[in-house]
Amino acid sequence: MKYIDEFRDPALAQQWIVQIHRDAARRHGARPIRLMEFCGGHTHAISRFGLRELLAPAVELRSGPGCPVCVTAAADLDRAIAMADVPGVILATFGDMMRVPGSAGTLYDARGRGADVRIVYSPLDALEIARRHPQQSIVFLGVGFETTAPGMAAALLQAEADGVPNFSLLSLHKLTPPAMRAILEAGEVALDGIIGPGHVSAITGSAAWEFLPREYGIPCAVAGFEPLDILSAIGALVRAVVAGEAAVINTYARGVRPQGNLVAQQLLARAFAVAPADWRGFGVIPDSGLALRQTLAHRDAARLFPIEARPAPQPTGCRCGDVLRGVITPTDCALFRRVCSPRTPVGPCMVSTEGACAAYFQYE
Amino acid sequence: MCLAIPTQITEIDEQQMATVTLGGVERRISLVMTPEAQVGDYVLVHTGYAIAVLDPAEAQASLETFAELAVIQEELDQRADEIH
Repeated sequence: MKYIDEFRDPALAQQWIVQIHRDAARRHGARPIRLMEFCGGHTHAISRFGLRELLAPAVELRSGPGCPVCVTAAADLDRAIAMADVPGVILATFGDMMRVPGSAGTLYDARGRGADVRIVYSPLDALEIARRHPQQSIVFLGVGFETTAPGMAAALLQAEADGVPNFSLLSLHKLTPPAMRAILEAGEVALDGIIGPGHVSAITGSAAWEFLPREYGIPCAVAGFEPLDILSAIGALVRAVVAGEAAVINTYARGVRPQGNLVAQQLLARAFAVAPADWRGFGVIPDSGLALRQTLAHRDAARLFPIEARPAPQPTGCRCGDVLRGVITPTDCALFRRVCSPRTPVGPCMVSTEGACAAYFQYE
Repeated sequence: MCLAIPTQITEIDEQQMATVTLGGVERRISLVMTPEAQVGDYVLVHTGYAIAVLDPAEAQASLETFAELAVIQEELDQRADEIH
């Protein structure tokens, strides 16, 4: 078992596709069964394996807000860039953040004018930079959902334990269930089911999605990222929709337990408190962000470098926000392919490889 | 961003750091979130941390479910042929 190839069997995938069409035909509706893939990793995989096209017109897959880079508010990015410009600061972040346009340029632009901005693979790499540069202040620009935030928490607690004073976090970490709830509450797009994010759920547990059937009457299938994982989740959702049954279905049981990873949840609770967060395309969603706890206030870059968040205008014509809320697909945007491409991205959904616009551009 | 790659642990040191191979490159990752992980286990790796130990029994069960569908479908196709 290598956990990859076994889940890519093309002949089996083809049979699942036939079966999904067959099951979906049993439902009499004016429109296709519309499912949202919350997670940007699923968006990328669905586009890459051509599943959207193979399942049309029976099933429509609508991309959601599950791309942390994409949902980072421009005003927050502007604050991070302003911190990078402070003399003596080394700003560390994940590579995906470098090319995201703020209202006045990107982190690459900041680096071009002399700011020390470093791409790291892990928060632990940034902690290592802090150890090696005791005279400088290392600010980690932290983006990411429940999957990523526990590692950040572990690095902060490690800095505490090892007495590394010059390591702080600008936390733009966000929680996924509140965004899913915001989409359903807004009612801008009618959804029949949700493909739940697999690696978020590895931390939170599949139980975190129980509110979907309970409060909104729609099924959720937590899925892995290989073609058979995604197809079996879609197959389970289609059957649930046809039967009129709503439940949380875990099709990624090899990595996701109902209660999730309790150690990771404890790390989150020790480092972070739930707070409001600003989401691109949504605005501020209550209880959807992770702010540093009072006990770690001395590592909170937002306090160490108080930079006012100014309202940042959206790029003219960019409909990234509508894409993130699932109201439109990337091809509905007038800029898509004409003005906006991965080489000259207007909005973040075209920058990140997990952004819906980048996935559609590359594969669809 | 939430990309996590399944990979096998080849070594664990006394600081709960494991050695794995990712994309052909040997890396050290933290097991702080998966203290139960053993050498030989496959784990999901995300930003330098193992976030879950993969369960081989569950993986096998999923694969069997996928394959069962194929059998059911063959039967359905056969029946459809018989009717027509």
